Formats: sequence, C-alpha cells, structure tokens
Amino acid sequence: MDKFIRLTATACPFDVANLNTDQLLPARFLKLPRSAGLGAVLLHDLRFDADGRERPDFPLNQPAWCDAKIVVGARNFGCGSSREAAVYALLDYGIRCVIAPSFGDIFGGNAVENGLLTATVSEAEVASLMRLLGEEPRLPVTIDLEQQTIKYSDKAFGFVIDPVRRTRLLNGWDSLALTASYMDKIAAFKTADRARRPWALPSCNAVRDGSGDRLNDAG
Amino acid sequence: MSMNTPLTLFDKVWAAHEVVQREDGEALLWVDRHFVHEGSFNAFSQLKARRACVAEPGRTFAVADHYVPTRGSRRVIDNPDIARMVRTLEENTSEHGITLFGLDDARQGIVHVVGPEQGLTLPGLLIVCGDSHTSTHGALGAYAFGIGASEVAHVLMTQTLWQRKPKRMRITVNGRLSSGIAAKDIVLAIIAKIGADGATGHAIEFCGPVIRALSMEGRLTLCNMSIEAGARSGMIAPDETAFAYVRGRPYAPKGPLFEQALEAWSALATDEGAEFDREVEIDAGEVAPIVTWGTSPQDALPIDARVPDPAREGDAARAKYLREALDYMALKPGTKLTDIAIDRIFIGSCTNARIEDLRAAAAVLTGRVSKVPGLVSPGSSAVKRQAEEEGLDRIFRAAGLEWGESGCSMCVGINGDVVPPGERCASTTNRNFRGRQGPGARTHLMSPAMVAAAAVTGRLADARPLLAGHRL
Repeated sequence: MDKFIRLTATACPFDVANLNTDQLLPARFLKLPRSAGLGAVLLHDLRFDADGRERPDFPLNQPAWCDAKIVVGARNFGCGSSREAAVYALLDYGIRCVIAPSFGDIFGGNAVENGLLTATVSEAEVASLMRLLGEEPRLPVTIDLEQQTIKYSDKAFGFVIDPVRRTRLLNGWDSLALTASYMDKIAAFKTADRARRPWALPSCNAVRDGSGDRLNDAG
Repeated sequence: MSMNTPLTLFDKVWAAHEVVQREDGEALLWVDRHFVHEGSFNAFSQLKARRACVAEPGRTFAVADHYVPTRGSRRVIDNPDIARMVRTLEENTSEHGITLFGLDDARQGIVHVVGPEQGLTLPGLLIVCGDSHTSTHGALGAYAFGIGASEVAHVLMTQTLWQRKPKRMRITVNGRLSSGIAAKDIVLAIIAKIGADGATGHAIEFCGPVIRALSMEGRLTLCNMSIEAGARSGMIAPDETAFAYVRGRPYAPKGPLFEQALEAWSALATDEGAEFDREVEIDAGEVAPIVTWGTSPQDALPIDARVPDPAREGDAARAKYLREALDYMALKPGTKLTDIAIDRIFIGSCTNARIEDLRAAAAVLTGRVSKVPGLVSPGSSAVKRQAEEEGLDRIFRAAGLEWGESGCSMCVGINGDVVPPGERCASTTNRNFRGRQGPGARTHLMSPAMVAAAAVTGRLADARPLLAGHRL
C-alpha cells in the first residue's frame, strides 16, 4: 500500500450531501475485477448521460478539474453500501484524498485500507474552500498528513483524522501487518472463549435437507 | 471500569470479543460468524494473492444472493457475467471448505434473512459481512456490522477485526403503535428525525415498550435500516421474543447448551443506570404511514404530507438539496404525496421480505388487482415455501404481480432486475438513492402494506383504509 505523507494538487469540489457509494460506483460495475481499473466508471451515472456522453456541467468533466487528485465533498461522503470498489474507483481515477465534513463509517475504514486519506474539516471550512475553488479552479491545495494541515492561498487549517489511521497511512501499513504480531493472543482467546461460550459455535446438528422449512413456530 | 459500572448491551457484547486492547484505542475483536456472498470475490482474490487460507471455515457461511436471478428459471443463468459471479463463489467456498447455501440449496436466500432463519445469528455474537445491511442481525442482540473487502479478507485470514469502539446511542420508542403502522414506518420516522448521518460513529440500541412489543421480523427491519442513519450497528436486547425465535433452529445450540446460552443471553440487557453518549426518544403514537419522496432515506414524510418546496426553505444549502432531489425524482414542489402516480412496485430485500412482510402486503392485495406491474421476491427460499403453503403467492399472482425467487433482486439491481430509466417504483427496500434500482430509476421507500396500497391505487396511498375489514 502506498504511503501518504503530503500532496499538493488540484482539488475538485462535489457539493453533494450524502454522496453515497452507489453514486461513486454504480452497482452494475461491481462485477469488474480490480485489475480492469475502475477509474473510467467512477461516478459514472453523474459524469455521463444515458448515451454515455460526458455531462459538461459535472465538475470532473471540466478541464480545470479532470486531473484533480483531491476531492472536496459535502457531509456524509461515501455513505451507504459497503462496496470497497468505491474506494478503488477513486484511487484508480487518481484521487488520493477526500476532504469533507463527515464520512460514511464503512467508507472511512475502506479508505484507510487502501491508502486513501479522508480528512475531516468543518462545514464552514469546506464551504470556504469550495467557494474559492469556484473562483480559482486550479488553486493548488496542499495536504500534509504529518503536520495534519490543509494549505491553500494564504490559508492554513488543521483537519481531523483518527490517530491510528494517520499512522497507518503515513507508513503505508495495512491492518494484516499489525495483526500478524498478535496471532498467539488470537489462539489463546479462541481456546478460552470456547470454554466460556461453548454455545457460540454453530451447532453441528444442522441437517441439510429442508432445514429451513420451519420458519414460524415461534409465532 | 469498576465491576459495578452499569453497562450497556453493546458494552457487554463488545467486551466479550476483545482479543487485544491497544493503548491507541483500537481493539482486535473476535468474530463469531462471518457471512460471505458473490460480492466477496475481491476479498478471496486478496487471499489468493497472499497464498493465505481461511482461518475458521466452520464459522464462515456463504450465501448466493446478490447476483442470483430472481425471475424465471435459475437452472441456467443466461448472462455470462452473472453466471461467473455465482460460479466464483462456488469455487472459492469449495476451495476453502466453507458451507455454501447456493442456488440449489433449500436454505438459499438473502444473507440477512438466512442468518437468523438458520439459527446462525444468535444473541451476544459478533457478526460481520461484506454488506452494509449486516446491522440487521442486531435484532437478536448480536453486535453486527458491515465491512469492506479488505476487512473481509482480514477476517477470512484471522477471524478477527480491528475496531475503534463506537459511541453509544439509545433510541427509545415510547407510546403505542397505531393499527396499520409497521416497523418500517418507525425506522423511516427515526431517520427523518436524526438524518442520514444522525447516528454516524454510534452503535444504536433500540428500547422502549414499542420495541419490546415488536415481532422478530419487525425488529429485523428496524435494525436493518440503522445503517441508513449512518450507525455502525443497531441492537435490541434479547428477550423472550428472541429466545423463542432462536430455539430449535438448525444451527442454534441444543439441549443443555441452549439452557447455558439462555442464561448468558438473559444477562446481556443494558444495566439500570448505564450511560449512553446520546439519547433520542420518539413517540410511536405520532408515527403515521411514511413514504420517501427524495433520494435519501432521510427524505421521508407521512403519507398525508406534501413534497417540500425549496422556495419556502430559508437555508440556501438545504434549498439546493431539495431542488436537486425533486429534480431527479421529477416532482413538483408542494405536490400531495397521494397525488404521485407510480409505474411499478417491488416487494423484496433484506429489509422487508420476511413472511410477516409478505402477509402484510397480501392482506391489502387480497381480492384486489394491482394497477401497475410488479415483482414479489421472497427474502429466502424458505420464506417462499412458507408463503406458498399459506397461499400468499396466489394472492400476489391474482393481483397481477410476478411471484419470483429469493435474492437481493431489484433492491440493488445487480442481477439485472432493474426499474427502467425514468420509471417510479414503490418499493419495500432500504435505499432510494439515485439509480439504486437501475440507472434513472426513481424509488419511493415504504412498508410492505404501503407498497401494496400503492399497487392497487396506482399512486402513493395510505394503506389503512384498505386494511379495514381485512385480517392482518
């Protein structure tokens, strides 16, 4: 996984609250393997019309923003479906960071697993950045994860990120690397838990045929 | 925390699963049940790339639901891409020794219907699945939440997951539910009140007399849609209703083990005086049948209301939000909801396709004809058999609706069953997002009885007058 330390790039504003993962990657593209590259279908149904033509008013289709590496979003960015391919699509397009007032919970977890920075800032800061990008679309924006700051023009302000996620992004660590050092603890937990909660294992008495037929005897 | 600190249901289930607690606030949690489906192929690819195996195949269960056809024969899948998705799941589960409830299995259905139905979902368990509606399983008192593909791979390889403990939110539903009001109405009312991100970062516990009185099916609907308020999970303390539901199910503990489980489960309820980070209360007496008008589940209003008017909205950002939603939905500001004509209906999904949901829809449809085409897709193959035993399929067919097979179907549209572009669908599903049911599709969410009422009137309608004199 690529490290994220700092980035200076063009930022594309999406002023859409609750921009869900069905928008980021419509479900019919979920069949595509990651190796196919999902950048071309990022935000497909907002970027393209029913005939597959680019919608000229959509931010990513404007020449100033088509090469953006940063997205500035509205609240609850990435809510909805757990599809990690929404993060793949952003990354494959070239986006490395999303700045927004809040993020969908599962999306935030998927982002850090893939090296995409989710930087949480206030509604007011997002509004002011979006306004400025409207006036000066190519304005370079610098995100510094070490300093935890966002800088553009003469402005600088901090952003919020979970400290563990920050460390992982700075070092390019995925969670498996961390877990590997705890395998003995996992084995010990499993043994102790089996004695403590023997009922928690799936019953081995389950029979295959017609076992789902009794549905409602509980009333 | 001292021994005497009163704990919430969530605290207790969380504590029972902590393998490691790090100083930075992250905990490594043990996973009791892991459900996978066709969409989990990205995670299996990650395993392959690492030449890793599945740590606990006996605690992992697979269901074919997201891509399976739900109309016509399923013996041959015509679409080669969809056939490949189903086949890949068969190959991956067979390679790793994971039990699969596949297309030819009597237990097949939507994962969040099948888990509880088969007794795989139990009180006090920690359950994950690469699907956001995993929150459903919390209805039995499990801590259950959706995860992404990398986390699915992590659970497959280690049977654990890193998590930061969410905050605790209690939603108390007081009063008494009026006749003809369903769990779907309660949850849509809650989401409308707190917003699509109102519970972000929180584990919800649903409490109060109305929740206690809800059937298991109703509770599953409620917890299912917790994610639509942004919550990590939704939970309900296990009680007699939950215990009776679990008892005797195929994978549930039996005999003395069940008695031991009952004792453990009975101790899970939130202690008197336990603290929550946030409290929300709603009065069930004020909940009317609810429908959504916009493109987020929070855009929900009682059926006697009118579509909002952006011109009367003082807040500029809110006015823009309303304009964009109304534009996509092709609705004029101020239109009465009951004046909105629909093109089709869908009854299905992990939210509302259990036997009780089908009965509620059938109660409205009995002796009536649908004015629009529609599909009824039962939540599981077992629900389908039960509905047929009860004759519900004949009611749906007589009304002119299609009686289909079980799967995620038209809720997410990835099996090819979509709402055509520009059409308006009354749906028992969970998301009215733009294009969710197909590109250009317009979705109105509501309860099964309300979808049935929309079918017989051809427009959004209050189901209550249609239920008068009918047995629910």
